[in-house]
Amino acid sequence: MPILVPIKRVIDYNVRIRVKPDGSGVETQNVKMSINPFDEIAVEEAVRLREKNHTDAVVAVTIGPAVAQDVLRNALALGADRAIHVVHDGETQPLGVAKTLAALVAREPSYNLIIMGKQAIDDDFNQTGQMLAQLLRWPMATFASKLEWQDDGIHVTREIDGGLQTLALNLPAVVTTDLRLNTPRFASLPNIMKAKSKPLQTMTPAELGVDLTPRLKTLRVEEPAKRSAGIKVDSVKTLVEKLQQAGVL
Amino acid sequence: MRTLVIAETVAGAVAKASMHCIAAAQNLATPIDVLILTDAAVDATGLQNLQGVEKIFTGVQANFAHAIAEELVPTITSHAKNYTHVIFPATSFGKNLAGRLGAVLDVQPITDVIKIMSGDTFMRPIYAGNAMATVQSADAIKVLSIRPTNFPMPQSGGAGAAVMEVIVTAATERKPKFVRAELSSSARPDLGAARIVISGGRGLGSAENFKLIERIADQLGAAIGASRAAVDAGFVPNDYQVGQTGKIVAPELYIAVGISGAIQHVAGMKDSKIIVAINKDAEAPIFNIADFGLVGDLFALLPELSAAIAGVKSA
Repeated sequence: MPILVPIKRVIDYNVRIRVKPDGSGVETQNVKMSINPFDEIAVEEAVRLREKNHTDAVVAVTIGPAVAQDVLRNALALGADRAIHVVHDGETQPLGVAKTLAALVAREPSYNLIIMGKQAIDDDFNQTGQMLAQLLRWPMATFASKLEWQDDGIHVTREIDGGLQTLALNLPAVVTTDLRLNTPRFASLPNIMKAKSKPLQTMTPAELGVDLTPRLKTLRVEEPAKRSAGIKVDSVKTLVEKLQQAGVL
Repeated sequence: MRTLVIAETVAGAVAKASMHCIAAAQNLATPIDVLILTDAAVDATGLQNLQGVEKIFTGVQANFAHAIAEELVPTITSHAKNYTHVIFPATSFGKNLAGRLGAVLDVQPITDVIKIMSGDTFMRPIYAGNAMATVQSADAIKVLSIRPTNFPMPQSGGAGAAVMEVIVTAATERKPKFVRAELSSSARPDLGAARIVISGGRGLGSAENFKLIERIADQLGAAIGASRAAVDAGFVPNDYQVGQTGKIVAPELYIAVGISGAIQHVAGMKDSKIIVAINKDAEAPIFNIADFGLVGDLFALLPELSAAIAGVKSA
């Protein structure tokens, strides 16, 4: 049964973002875009499960404008078998995305596992996986750092505030990835070439019967208060004196 | 207008993060109720005299152990429907619950709120805190998770809230089964709540070398943090990680040792009152945000710092 891996195209994590002067958002023109790093980990995990024959196919899906096809080709080059592109211009928010993904699952009910990033590094919501699990009424394991296949489902170790927690889930289930789940491979040139001929299906939110209109209205985006560089001290002694003067030691 | 705070508990007590949630609720200036769902009784007397708090609902059931979202959400949902605002802490506990509750209520939760502008408008960081978005919600129930470090402790002066038991709604959906937990036990203060945090990075070089950090932490009564690099390298456990995807801290004093200052790390600590950076690379970006920078070999400087602190403490 196939694994669904939802991925998002975001500003590359190495780019220093610029807030638009009119406060309407963040500059995305002429900025390097990439697959959300947590989603890349999700693709890698799903591909490893297929390599161990726990699944027969890995299906990557994204919701975004025409150019977002590049992250799907990237996922295909990393080993996904086929891709679905829900073509949509404009902002997406977790509730609309979760509804779209739930509609896809309703259409193709054979999926028994969804692996996705725990958060997108652009809007930092950390919500879509949880919302999708609820809409599907599937159990979930968020912030996964380890996934083990068992006869009766999966065991997932989660990174939580106090340490680690391991849960057993029957499938179908939703898993969201944390950083230490795996280290994604690099796409080889032959695989990049091969990805170009893998099947990529496009559809629209309307065909899926979902409404992606953002629920939250962004009134303003601004720069955070800047912290200015302080001073360099020449010795531990001076440092301790400064900290005493500041009243923190 | 009425606000429900979903309290997180730690070792039989209401977590400090949830106290900050009550402070956030006080900003909304609505009556406040608190819902505490646990597997063992929790002492809620500390909440009874907080300003605005009217009712404290407690639900004690064995299956509320380990805060598994699928077990808690049905009961939270049946309560949430009577409120205009539901507040969670932006912790791994709150992040799990807010999304599921939002989906049941058909509401878009607003996560990581750092400022409440009005009853429907909230500020939250995006892009690892490199931009601040002010968003407005038209949803009938506002589901929020708030960043504890951005809110003070709640004000007292309440009329004495009543504590009452809730009717628990059974979880009928498929749910995960708890297998085990490996929780860090430490006599040191909680990373998210400590007055002083000392963090180590890749520059420490090994788990063994973190002893240099531990010694100073114990001298100062500080919590220990780490950069992602140090956690990935296995020097310290995952829950030490400070940053965009780890813990967000804002102590009075943050000491970054052998940490270069990647934007993802800075996102987790830049609201600290005073930042000290110790790094051998004078060009490291951490110095751009540090109040006091010390360039040099940490293996020489940390023992020196430890000795100097000992001198101060004994003076």
